[in-house]
Amino acid sequence: MTAGRGAGAREALLSVEGVSLAFGGVKALTDVSFDVRKGEIRAIIGPNGAGKTSMLNVINGFYRPQDGRITFKGRTRSAMRPHEAARGGIARTFQNVALFRGMSALDNIMAGRTLKMHRGFFWQLVRFGPALAEEVEHRRKVEEIIDFLEIPQIRKTPVGRLPYGLQKRVELGRALAMEPDLLLLDEPMAGMNLEEKEDMSRYIIDANNHLGTTIALIEHDMGVVMDLSDRVVVLEYGRKIADGTPDEVKADHKVVAAYLGVPH
Amino acid sequence: MAPAGRADTFPKLLVRNAEIFRGRPAFRLKDFGIWQTWTWEQVLAEVRAYAAGLHRLGLKPHDAIAIVGSNRPKLYWSVMAAQMLRAVPVPVYADAVADELAYVLAHAEVKFAAVEDQEQVDKILSISERLPKLARVMYDEPRGLRDYDHGRLNPIDDVIRDGRAALAADAALCRWLDDEIAAGTGKDVSIILYTSGTTGTSKGVVLSAQGCIDAATDTVAFDRLTDRDEALAYLPLAWVGDHYLNYAQGMVAGFCMACPESGETVMQDLREIGPTFYFAPPRVFEQMLTSVMIRMEDAAALKRHLFHYFIGVARRYGEAILTGRPVGLRGRLLYGLGRLVLYEPLKNVLGLSRVRVAYTAGEAIGPDLFSFYRSLGLNLKQLYGQTEAFLYVTAQPDGEIHSDTVGPAAPNVDIRLAESGEVQFKSPGMFVGYFKDEAKTAEALTPDGYVKTGDAGVFDPRTGHLKIIDRAKDVGRLNDGTLFAPKYLENKLKFFPNIREAVAYGDRCDFVCVILNIDLAAVANWAERHNVVYASYQELAGNPQVYDMLERHVAEVNRSLADEKVMAGAQIRRFLILHKELDADDGELTRTQKVRRGFVADRFAPLIRALYDDSAEADISTEVTFEDGRKGVLSARVKIRDMAPAAVPALGKVA
Repeated sequence: MTAGRGAGAREALLSVEGVSLAFGGVKALTDVSFDVRKGEIRAIIGPNGAGKTSMLNVINGFYRPQDGRITFKGRTRSAMRPHEAARGGIARTFQNVALFRGMSALDNIMAGRTLKMHRGFFWQLVRFGPALAEEVEHRRKVEEIIDFLEIPQIRKTPVGRLPYGLQKRVELGRALAMEPDLLLLDEPMAGMNLEEKEDMSRYIIDANNHLGTTIALIEHDMGVVMDLSDRVVVLEYGRKIADGTPDEVKADHKVVAAYLGVPH
Repeated sequence: MAPAGRADTFPKLLVRNAEIFRGRPAFRLKDFGIWQTWTWEQVLAEVRAYAAGLHRLGLKPHDAIAIVGSNRPKLYWSVMAAQMLRAVPVPVYADAVADELAYVLAHAEVKFAAVEDQEQVDKILSISERLPKLARVMYDEPRGLRDYDHGRLNPIDDVIRDGRAALAADAALCRWLDDEIAAGTGKDVSIILYTSGTTGTSKGVVLSAQGCIDAATDTVAFDRLTDRDEALAYLPLAWVGDHYLNYAQGMVAGFCMACPESGETVMQDLREIGPTFYFAPPRVFEQMLTSVMIRMEDAAALKRHLFHYFIGVARRYGEAILTGRPVGLRGRLLYGLGRLVLYEPLKNVLGLSRVRVAYTAGEAIGPDLFSFYRSLGLNLKQLYGQTEAFLYVTAQPDGEIHSDTVGPAAPNVDIRLAESGEVQFKSPGMFVGYFKDEAKTAEALTPDGYVKTGDAGVFDPRTGHLKIIDRAKDVGRLNDGTLFAPKYLENKLKFFPNIREAVAYGDRCDFVCVILNIDLAAVANWAERHNVVYASYQELAGNPQVYDMLERHVAEVNRSLADEKVMAGAQIRRFLILHKELDADDGELTRTQKVRRGFVADRFAPLIRALYDDSAEADISTEVTFEDGRKGVLSARVKIRDMAPAAVPALGKVA
């Protein structure tokens, strides 16, 4: 696989500076800074409880950090808000699949287009004229995503009946349907077998390559992370302990210690 | 032979179709969730542009061009465009592994290749050093290929676009292409179809344009196919069945070929298209029935009751009504009601509502299975054919249907049985020879020009229809001289839904033994309903309750064999359930899913030995090939069951 698709010289899409987050006395994140450049695949790794998911939640505004600044598309804030993040073009998938189980794969992905619908509730009720034209346009986009993820056979299947690997793919489809500038993936390959992981890796690379989506992902499978990502940031106990290309991170003794334990 | 002025090549047929069918649909493809349609006029324009593009890239008459992929309009057009330039299309099975592909492409000396997608491009690039003549690879689906070196690689779209521009700019090129179409003759090689290799390496069957069109014209008339018909082109592109039933018949009759969205959506696409002409191997009909039965098991009691009642009605009256035999008023009324509440809705769910003519072939079909579909009012018929005949040797005419025969000779086909029982034929579509293999060609023909099929058959004394027993070379004898036709036994076993594959051994042995493969879908459903827990195919296959169930099936087969005079001595004495599914990737099946008996015997030699000594179980470890080409080892301890032979009825002893 081709890591390093020339993301080196590009500007930062998102940067996080000195972010700290605590729940009562528990410090989830302490003074974390890093950036995500336009067009790259950025991995966030770390042992269990290192604060990876908290970091994603801060980026899409679900948590408000006590300290620090977040700059997204040139605008600096002390905290994101979820609706700002969504409108601003940040989409995400979840560690546990969070789909509408009774709805078809098609409808679930269509749900990802909600923010792009401009006609109001009453127009949608009539479902005629401009609202219909709009829906046709959205459906075309959704079909492109279905084609992209190679899931035409499950278009009309309720997602609750799908195997886990396919549900994950539908969830990725819904996130892609937002045509996000920044896509946050929380353990996209958790619980998958090797073949499903390889498939998912290919879709992530293709999304990055062909759709030009910037991606920040959390992942535990080191092989996948090292193959996929352009740069990796490593967290441990809420602190950043390393940041760099996969090779640099792999050689970092602090990272090795965090994962394998320190020899006594 | 042909009346003057009749089209004797496919390009001429295409021109004719564009003139008489004009705006009628010729091809459909579901793309981005919507059925896209091309009319005959559009297809002619596309194919002309494609041919001009290929010409500009250097494709010459008699050059071979490989076609690899699933059923996509652009791959069918590749065949047409090649034929327009009098080049020779060579379709190859899309799921062939690189080695098989390399053999065929090297043997056919292909110069161009038109393939579906990145997967096929990768395969061809990986074997390119074995293909010195290969100059150019073209692909339909650009996905994932953006960063490839495009020195010898083009999208098919670009070739068509380039050809279209050239034709528009250059009237001389247009005239040249018209001349090129007119210059084709019926004697030209129309296509080379490689056999699937049931018997050793695959051979290139050379077919002439005139032969193809004559054969297709006969069967189009036989089944009264017209441009109002429609077929779903889902069979492997490289198989004679697809090339004949869809491509050749479609071109002759002018009907529309609909290409499915993908391999996984065929059942849905079938429902949406509602074809009027349908072909499926018995396996597909069996899977359809199994899935219906499984879903009925889960249905509410009332629905289940209705289903079984009306299926009973259909079994009593359906066949008679379909063939037009007299049926009482009560039967007609009940059947009419059944149509309303069950048969039509069920056919609709299966996508068979509009089917006028359906065929099945390739292997024997179970009498129950066959009559199930017939009783629903589906005009399902059998045919017998092979690549060397360009498909049809025999076919059942409407109204003369028997599940155990394959019908009388197809129109203009001459059949005879040799001394040995081997079926031999002469037909209009008969092959010209095997490509670059004089010796094998001579072997396949009798001195007076009949083709040897290699199948043993008999004419049914009641109807005069042909009945195929087995491959002629597979028919053997037990040590005590009893006739042993393995396929005959295997088919009887395979008619049970729980048994997917059976392989029988007994030639030059003391008794008959079989290796069985369970059908995962059917047995897994049974396991669920009986609270049988299992973690893998292997574990389910080894389950003692599964063994008990299959033992009952085998006992039933033994009882039915005991009733037949010649077969009574060939009852099954020992069987085992194999720990893995037989798979084409491991070479155990051909690409058309036929068992390679000899290969299986070699591969599972320890098991065969154990079947014939007294051991109750045996260890086996085999190498398996995964889909990505990696290999692994699968080990298992397989149990063996003994069977008591069923008593032969007293009548048999007297006779």
